[in-house]
Amino acid sequence: MTSSRTLRKGSLAALALSAALVVTGCSSDSDTESSSTAGGSEGGSDANLAITFLPKNLGNAYFDTSDAGGEEAIEEFGGTYAEVGPAEAAPDAQVSYINTLTQQGVGGIAVSANDPEAICDALNEARDNGVKVVTFDSDTNTDCRDIFINQATSEGIAQVQVDMIAEQIGDEGQIAILSATANATNQNAWIELMEGMLAEDHPNIELVDVVYGDDDDQTSFDKTAALLQTYPDLKGIVSPTTVGIAAAARYLSTSEYKGEVAITGLGTPNQMRSYIEDGTSEAFALWNPGDLGYLAAYANKALIEGTITGAEGDTFDAGKLGEYTVDADGVVLLGDPYVFDADNIGDFDF
Amino acid sequence: MSNAVAERTTVRTYKNYSRPWWQRAFLTREMAIVAAVIAVYIVAAIMVPNFAAPITLTYLMLDIAAILLIALPMTMIIITGEIDLSVASVVGLSSVAFGTLYQAGWPIPLAMLAALVAGAIAGFINGFLVTVVGLPSLAVTIGTLALFRGLAVGILGTTAVTGFPDTWTDLATSKIPGTPIPSVMVLFVVLAIIFALVLHATPFGRGVFAIGQSSEAARFSGVRVERTKLMLFVASGTIAALAGIYYTLRYGSARGDNATGLELSVIAAVLLGGVSIFGGRGALHGVIAGVFLIGILASALRLANVTSDVINIITGTLLVISVISPSLLAWARSARARQRGRRESAGGTPAVTAANQASPDAPASATQEKEAQ
Repeated sequence: MTSSRTLRKGSLAALALSAALVVTGCSSDSDTESSSTAGGSEGGSDANLAITFLPKNLGNAYFDTSDAGGEEAIEEFGGTYAEVGPAEAAPDAQVSYINTLTQQGVGGIAVSANDPEAICDALNEARDNGVKVVTFDSDTNTDCRDIFINQATSEGIAQVQVDMIAEQIGDEGQIAILSATANATNQNAWIELMEGMLAEDHPNIELVDVVYGDDDDQTSFDKTAALLQTYPDLKGIVSPTTVGIAAAARYLSTSEYKGEVAITGLGTPNQMRSYIEDGTSEAFALWNPGDLGYLAAYANKALIEGTITGAEGDTFDAGKLGEYTVDADGVVLLGDPYVFDADNIGDFDF
Repeated sequence: MSNAVAERTTVRTYKNYSRPWWQRAFLTREMAIVAAVIAVYIVAAIMVPNFAAPITLTYLMLDIAAILLIALPMTMIIITGEIDLSVASVVGLSSVAFGTLYQAGWPIPLAMLAALVAGAIAGFINGFLVTVVGLPSLAVTIGTLALFRGLAVGILGTTAVTGFPDTWTDLATSKIPGTPIPSVMVLFVVLAIIFALVLHATPFGRGVFAIGQSSEAARFSGVRVERTKLMLFVASGTIAALAGIYYTLRYGSARGDNATGLELSVIAAVLLGGVSIFGGRGALHGVIAGVFLIGILASALRLANVTSDVINIITGTLLVISVISPSLLAWARSARARQRGRRESAGGTPAVTAANQASPDAPASATQEKEAQ
């Protein structure tokens, strides 16, 4: 009795598993076929232009946008696009995906690293097997990848924020900065650069205070209210953090200062859309993740085709973005930050 | 099968004499999982491109080594009817302890020892709260899950300790010469043999099963219930710390958030391997097969370009099936028994049949009652 039942249970389980694998296995077969034909038929060259994007995690609007940019580029030059990734952005979660890609023999990987060290061995094993590795958004150690696509420099970020606030308040008057935490490395570097730029190029703008919203929505909201009460003549607020700018804009949009006090800084289109549309904020900046993915794909193509090696001074063509040069340590700079305003915000969803 | 010992005497007597030894050894739930592992491996090797390559096994074993290690004590804890949810946090804590001490200039073996001691202390805290204070292990280890993870992240913040010597990191990812099998599997096999002997061939192991069946009955039979549980929690913490050291060296990075969520992978594999979440039932070879089943499936599905969400859905479905299948089988068995009971009662001996039929059903209905709660 028990024996026959256990047997039946075992065979049933095995059958179900096999069925699941057969189904997925079949679909994968057709995938690999199409990828190999696509890879082989392109432009008469034998370069393997199968490029896979490996974001920090799937289901993240920022990486959906960057990977869509990569897909656009890969379609332009006739490669094969794929995207894989873990559900959670854990430090080690990308390793098994990199190993899998190595086994599949893809041409290139474009990865945003969850940990600069943890995926190093896996990436180097991939490179030993002829896979080209481009990092974007978040770099690994320099000896684990061929090229890093850097989204922006500190100077570029500081400059675009100074330019925006100067334009929005007519290059004159009191401004304040609403930052993240008091010891946030990135924000402090940008603020220092902005102070220098303001003193040098905008003598009529007075930076009256730097306050810290701790990257917490409610704290940032309260600090904005306090700033406006403390400085009745305040003409603008710069918030170099996405949490801060959204909280400040939310406060301003419902207050008497709406349209009187400018708000700008670094934000994402989805958080800022309603405040751009109702006129609370004229413009804010960030990089364009779509362009970031697009450039990563073209850099990967140039590496796969062997036109560049990632050495300093190498130049390559990046489709609609033009020509790019590799800087020291294999870094390619995307360019100046991207300014979002009422005219272009509708084109973005992240 | 020593787990048969733990089952009801009536069942054991029936089994021992009605079936030859090979049936008792091979026609079990555990062997069904082992068969499933082999079936899935063969199907995947045929269907999925690149899966048959030996390197697949290397990557697979490197990936599941930490789960395999932690599953050994976890199996025993779940058999006693308790649970340890804090293991992944202990992995993180041990990783941070090991990394911080290495950074402070301690020699690697000493830093390892300290990390193991930290894990043992963490396990002791769990065990103390469960056995001496008498709190439910589910509540205790949910608390220490947060506590140990908080300590780990608190010590290192969002930074990581890297730059471990190559000799050590290479050791963690090295292979046994001439095979695709990672060296860390030697460590696992040694520990697995020890745990299997302790669980299936010693009075201590029989005590573990007895506690899971009924801790009251076990106590009256002379099993030192509290001491047994305390030892198991300390073992769990120590092995989790060992996994933390492996984890750190494998990825070359000591971080507070290492192995976040690993406890669920471990528990999923243990349950898939045939251990009852209500305690009292299970065997180590089933658990090891359960870990391999999840690992092989994930590896094959990744190679077949299936997304992580779908992989989670498939392993989740498997787990649900494996947990409800005993109840379904028990229901089917009792339904059949009732049917036969009706038939035989028409023959004229209702009382005797009913009494005979009641006993094999008893464990099943007990399980169902527990679930109903």
